[in-house]
Amino acid sequence: MLETFYDVMRRQGISRRSFLKYCSLTAAALGLGPEFAGKIAHAMETKPRIPILWLHGLECTCCSESFIRSAHPLAKDVILSMVSLDYDDTIMAAAGQQAEAIIEETIQKYDGNFILAVEGNPPLNQDGMSCIIGGKPFLDQLTHVAKHCKAIISWGSCASYGCVQAAKPNPTRATPVHKVIHDKPIIKVPGCPPIAEVMTAVVTYILTFEKFPELDRQGRPKMFYSQRIHDKCYRRPHFDAGQFVESFDDEGARKGYCLYKVGCKGPTTYNACSTIRWNEGTSFPIQAGHGCIGCSEDGFWDKGSWYARLTDIKQFGIEANADTVGMVAAGSVGVAIAAHAAASAVSRAKANHAKQEQPVATSDQGE
Amino acid sequence: MAVITTPNGYSLDNSGQRVVIDPVTRIEGHMRCEVNIDANNVIRNAVSTGTMWRGLEVILKGRDPRDAWAFVERICGVCTGCHALASVRAVEDALDIKIPLNAYLIREMMAKTLQVHDHVVHFYHLHALDWVNPVNALKADPRATSTLQQTVSPVHPLSSPGYFRDIQTRIKRFIESGQLGPFKNGYWDNPAYRMPPEADLMAVAHYLEALDMQKEFVKLHTVFGGKNPHPNYLVGGVPCAINMDQNYSAGAPLNMERLNFVRARIEEMIAFNKNVYVPDVIAIASFYKNQLWGGGHGAVNVMDYGDYAKVPYDKSTDQLPGGVILNGNWDEVMPIDPRNPEEVQEFVTHSWYSYPDESKGLHPWDGITEPNYVLGPNAKGTRTNIQELDEGAKYSWIKAPRWKGHAVEVGPLSRYTIAYAKGIGYVKEQLERSLGAFNQLAQTNLDAKAALHSTIGRTLARALESEYCADMMMDDWHALIANIKAGDTATANMDKWHPDTWPAEAKGVGNVAAPRGALGHWIRIKDGKIENYQCVVPTTWNGSPRDPAGNIGAFEACLMNTPVERPNEPVEILRSLHSFDPCLACSTHVMGPDGEELTTVKVR
Repeated sequence: MLETFYDVMRRQGISRRSFLKYCSLTAAALGLGPEFAGKIAHAMETKPRIPILWLHGLECTCCSESFIRSAHPLAKDVILSMVSLDYDDTIMAAAGQQAEAIIEETIQKYDGNFILAVEGNPPLNQDGMSCIIGGKPFLDQLTHVAKHCKAIISWGSCASYGCVQAAKPNPTRATPVHKVIHDKPIIKVPGCPPIAEVMTAVVTYILTFEKFPELDRQGRPKMFYSQRIHDKCYRRPHFDAGQFVESFDDEGARKGYCLYKVGCKGPTTYNACSTIRWNEGTSFPIQAGHGCIGCSEDGFWDKGSWYARLTDIKQFGIEANADTVGMVAAGSVGVAIAAHAAASAVSRAKANHAKQEQPVATSDQGE
Repeated sequence: MAVITTPNGYSLDNSGQRVVIDPVTRIEGHMRCEVNIDANNVIRNAVSTGTMWRGLEVILKGRDPRDAWAFVERICGVCTGCHALASVRAVEDALDIKIPLNAYLIREMMAKTLQVHDHVVHFYHLHALDWVNPVNALKADPRATSTLQQTVSPVHPLSSPGYFRDIQTRIKRFIESGQLGPFKNGYWDNPAYRMPPEADLMAVAHYLEALDMQKEFVKLHTVFGGKNPHPNYLVGGVPCAINMDQNYSAGAPLNMERLNFVRARIEEMIAFNKNVYVPDVIAIASFYKNQLWGGGHGAVNVMDYGDYAKVPYDKSTDQLPGGVILNGNWDEVMPIDPRNPEEVQEFVTHSWYSYPDESKGLHPWDGITEPNYVLGPNAKGTRTNIQELDEGAKYSWIKAPRWKGHAVEVGPLSRYTIAYAKGIGYVKEQLERSLGAFNQLAQTNLDAKAALHSTIGRTLARALESEYCADMMMDDWHALIANIKAGDTATANMDKWHPDTWPAEAKGVGNVAAPRGALGHWIRIKDGKIENYQCVVPTTWNGSPRDPAGNIGAFEACLMNTPVERPNEPVEILRSLHSFDPCLACSTHVMGPDGEELTTVKVR
């Protein structure tokens, strides 16, 4: 569990008198009156909100943008009341040396007791200098902070798998987090980006239950990534009935038929888009008429055109010949269920073999 | 180095104290800035460096042009969708595909929603802390804030003293916790912050309101594109088919309920712009009326391609027209042609790339990207631990684009300068009304030329553009309804969907008025695959390093001669850099680290 700030200071040999002086100076530095010193001291003697250092490597910031779209909980409530987002270069007030100082301060105060959130990934080519932070490779910052953290959240497909910059030929050798950090628990929350409410649900689960949620063998939370888009798609009955969109804006497209023949990757993509949906449940790609592009799957950029039919996934119940798929629907669903059950059994066995869940220290959620 | 005078009129003197800011925060991507500050605390030399690249154009070679939008959309998740739009426009231009009117209007609404969302999030969550001091807000009397709110925006309903007291209490408890989160190590006792506590409290309240509202705005993307960030696009139109009253309408992408939902979001955007965003910027600017520096190239040397044509494919109906203005001559707006090899060119003398002849620039259709990561002889530190860069040599991953050799600024201020100079009625009326309100609050008498040539001018133009875009969007919505009512429900033109309908070779350009400025994608298609893909994005223009002639780019120019309160606290530097809304993932995605891979790239 987290020590309080006061505990840490006492452990480091700082007297109570010096601690109170520190609180007065902090109040003064913020331009606040002396009455604030007592309140700051009280807060530092009680359990702190869990600190998060949110680092950015090679990425496009879509994960941060998604995170602030969260409706329940609201992003402002996460940031003001649940966690202490002490470093996130996208929104933090400080820059340069004042920003970098926060990392060292956090490591000193909360060594082994903070969460590292990673958006993006480190490139390894060019001595790592295709992503420079403070004059040095991002890889240096990542490995330094990772050494001292409690656990890592790999946000999005960049941190989890590499994503677009790692698509062939991966010119910068962009490398996912788990391939450079081997000695910390990592939870992957893939997607380009992940759904906002999935991101905040992962954070609040960790805070509430003081551990990672149950993970699959790839390190994804089962609660959001154990079903394919196809399994719960509202257009699934059209797939089963053999009713397909043949071309964009055709009669089928206007009736909301299945998008399988125009390339939908829903049958091979594990994510919660068809259940939780996007932006407070407003819609999801298939409802808006475009097939799933599989953005939460490893290497989805190199698995063929968005508009090419899936042909190589018979084990999940999609026949190679799409024109017959409706007619054999009942049979293929049976195959799918059997195959899925077998895959799940294998994954359970593997998960039990290498237990993934590790407790993560957290704090009260009060302000 | 002695004092150098650049061809574009700046005196650079690097003899003073060198201050390094790395990372520059509250931007998209990674950036470094170095400045020299003289004995009077005035910036006399500025060096801006892009510190990341991802090589997306290398990755695109050999792929299906119809897939490109999704790859380039991931250039940036902040200005999400504008690269996808530029991409489908470039492919359609190359293949001579005309999209249906409904698809055009839906794309227009998506582009303008991005403008509003991006501008609002930029102002409140990336830029506001350069002007607003949240700690100072604790000292405010909520009644005074309520009075101020009702003065600057009488129609905004969230204005009671109790409302502001609740916000203040929440911030107070947050700061008393001693865990300051994103506000930690801010510059809260720096005298560069000039607002009274009641204004700071109002702005902090709106920081939180904007955070709640921005997630509503983007739901327009979710209806048309299925998700946000990164909604889906389609070459030939839009993927969201229309079904107003036939069987299965409820499960169709667009029906009456969906269009009503969209209209409600547009109304929210209009209200937030008019009631909160624009009044806030004018009010905040009035407290900084004596800090009108940061002009640089702003409102003086400006460029945009033009966008938002009222009539599809008719550039003469652009509601924000394109063109180039040089040397502050608002009487002459020169035309720009993105296809002309002599106009838009990129230079690399000060970028980490090499050309066979670096004295010349290259048009994007003929671009070369051969990396050459070297530090100059006067750089301090090592290759992987840079202390100070040598701006006399190569010093950035960003290339230096120029228009006929001129360094120009792009962005909302540039578009507004051009629109004002061209006499666009909406812009003229809006700008004059806003400047009137500013002059009244600040008790000044600034004309448009004086007010816009500043950091504040850049920030104001962005707010006005957000208001304009939301208003235009409602016109688009009505036009969509009218067109459907007239019997046209087409959303995609699939005539040239299959590659066997394409010519063996084709090339095209796609231009978009992206939130940060003029965006261009250039594509060459050969045998159904992408042969070459180049993007010249807004932050490449603004964040560019020097060119062979020594002209400095817009970021560097805006910092020149700015006085700073404390050399080691970059409040004024961040304020001016943020006024551009830098996007470094955009500007530096173009580069491949290995020159050979560009010519011998292995494709799937």
